[in-house]
Amino acid sequence: MTTVLSTPAPTGAAASGIDLGPAVALSCRECGHRVDLGPFYACTECFGPLEVSYEFAVRGQALKNRIEAGPTNIWRYAPLLPVPAGIAETRNMNPGGTKLIRADHLARELGMKTLWVKDDSGNPTHSFKDRVVAVALAAARQLGFSVLACPSTGNLANAVAAAAARAGIRSVVLVPSNLEQQKILTTAAYGGTLVAVDGSYDDINRLAGEIAAEQEDWAFVNVNVRPYYAEGSKTLGYEVAEQLGWRLPQQLVIPVASGAQLVKVDKGFTELGELGLVEPTPYRVFGAQATGCSPVSAAFKAGEDTVRPVRPDTIAKSLAIGNPADGPYVLDVTRRTGGAIEDVSDEEVVDGIRLLARTEGIFAETAGGVTIAVLRKLLAAGRLDPDAETVVFNTGDGLKTLDAIAHAVGPTATIAPTLTAFEQAGLA
Amino acid sequence: MNDATDPGSSSAGPAPTVQVRIPTILRAYTGGATVVSASGATIGDVIGSLEAAHPGIRARVLDEQGSVRRFVNLYLDDDDIRFGLGLQTPVTTGATVSIIPAVAGG
Repeated sequence: MTTVLSTPAPTGAAASGIDLGPAVALSCRECGHRVDLGPFYACTECFGPLEVSYEFAVRGQALKNRIEAGPTNIWRYAPLLPVPAGIAETRNMNPGGTKLIRADHLARELGMKTLWVKDDSGNPTHSFKDRVVAVALAAARQLGFSVLACPSTGNLANAVAAAAARAGIRSVVLVPSNLEQQKILTTAAYGGTLVAVDGSYDDINRLAGEIAAEQEDWAFVNVNVRPYYAEGSKTLGYEVAEQLGWRLPQQLVIPVASGAQLVKVDKGFTELGELGLVEPTPYRVFGAQATGCSPVSAAFKAGEDTVRPVRPDTIAKSLAIGNPADGPYVLDVTRRTGGAIEDVSDEEVVDGIRLLARTEGIFAETAGGVTIAVLRKLLAAGRLDPDAETVVFNTGDGLKTLDAIAHAVGPTATIAPTLTAFEQAGLA
Repeated sequence: MNDATDPGSSSAGPAPTVQVRIPTILRAYTGGATVVSASGATIGDVIGSLEAAHPGIRARVLDEQGSVRRFVNLYLDDDDIRFGLGLQTPVTTGATVSIIPAVAGG
């Protein structure tokens, strides 16, 4: 097995024994070139990213009934994912089913009418990455890989190490050596191979691509099984729509790192409309970046359709991808839906974390701080409609990025253990 | 790893000679070689040299306007050429040029 073949696989999915449910082929997002299902990620014609194509067997009310009878995790959407029908019975992390929280206090503070927080810190390793890794693991098993691997900015590292442990296979994770200590430890705890690399995420991503070309039985979840992996983010869109009573919100604010999540949420919404599960009502998608790594925001503001890479310098390390592969598609989605992309300073990121925590009791990691800060900035600029129903995504847990706020929060007072001291400190 | 010398590059005279790392996706054009030699004063010239020896590669890497396709990353040693002068980035003998499909996801 190789990571990318020069020629398409000779046999179809069914003939080759690969069971990836409704997935029937991979097709290039750039030129439409189609190949059979396999461990391929780049188009042989134009290098464009390959994407899973489906033939959905069930639609409308029958599909809705089947979903609603499914487990309270992403596998309720198995009929819409590149996974085998029996996926829920396999050893995996069973991610998803996270809360959609009505954020009335934050809405009031921002002058909004209806605001929801999709809190994906509730996943098994406390970020949305459990969703994509679960789908990648299913594909890796079907495609015959024996090792689960990734380059990561941290959250993916946690998710891959845990999923491999649960599945009983080896994991190999590459991370920047300057990553937050919390993310290093919460990966190492699972006992796989963890390699700290003296380089940026983009350096490591390149290294992973080169390793993947040599290690034929390693599934780098976000490299050589990326077409399947990325589909896992559709479940964020499915869940939001179902949790709203099978309808679409009017506005979304989504953090942008590689950009895949934003693009796949849009794909998920589109599929739900086409399959008759929701009314295909219009929605606007807004992307959020940190100014210290804002190549997609910069391209949006400049009116360009390509993304010029940058060297990241931000506390929002989970978003610190300077060369985002799905950046052009983020531009497409935000422009098509009438949204925008905005970026915020590290100081605003910390303020965003504190605002969400103070108003809603949700402690977000830096990516969540980016999203809340961008929400506030877009509202202040009049670019987001405060009266439109809005969903913002918190994709990770604040416990993973404690260093980012250590300078900004702490005890209200430090006192002696006496009532007098308590009263003198003015705490009553 | 296989090394294959590009006979077409020897005619480039004094132009710098570099090693080009070929991704799996393009190895059909290099007879399976993972690294080939090429020559040229700039990255653009190197791609021209590659095309002369391995016809078909250029159209995979560059679009109809001659720009680098948006899902192709070209590196001169450790640096993305978009941090330099793009296809006009000068090369020196002994450097390594890498052609890598763009993929990323934290």
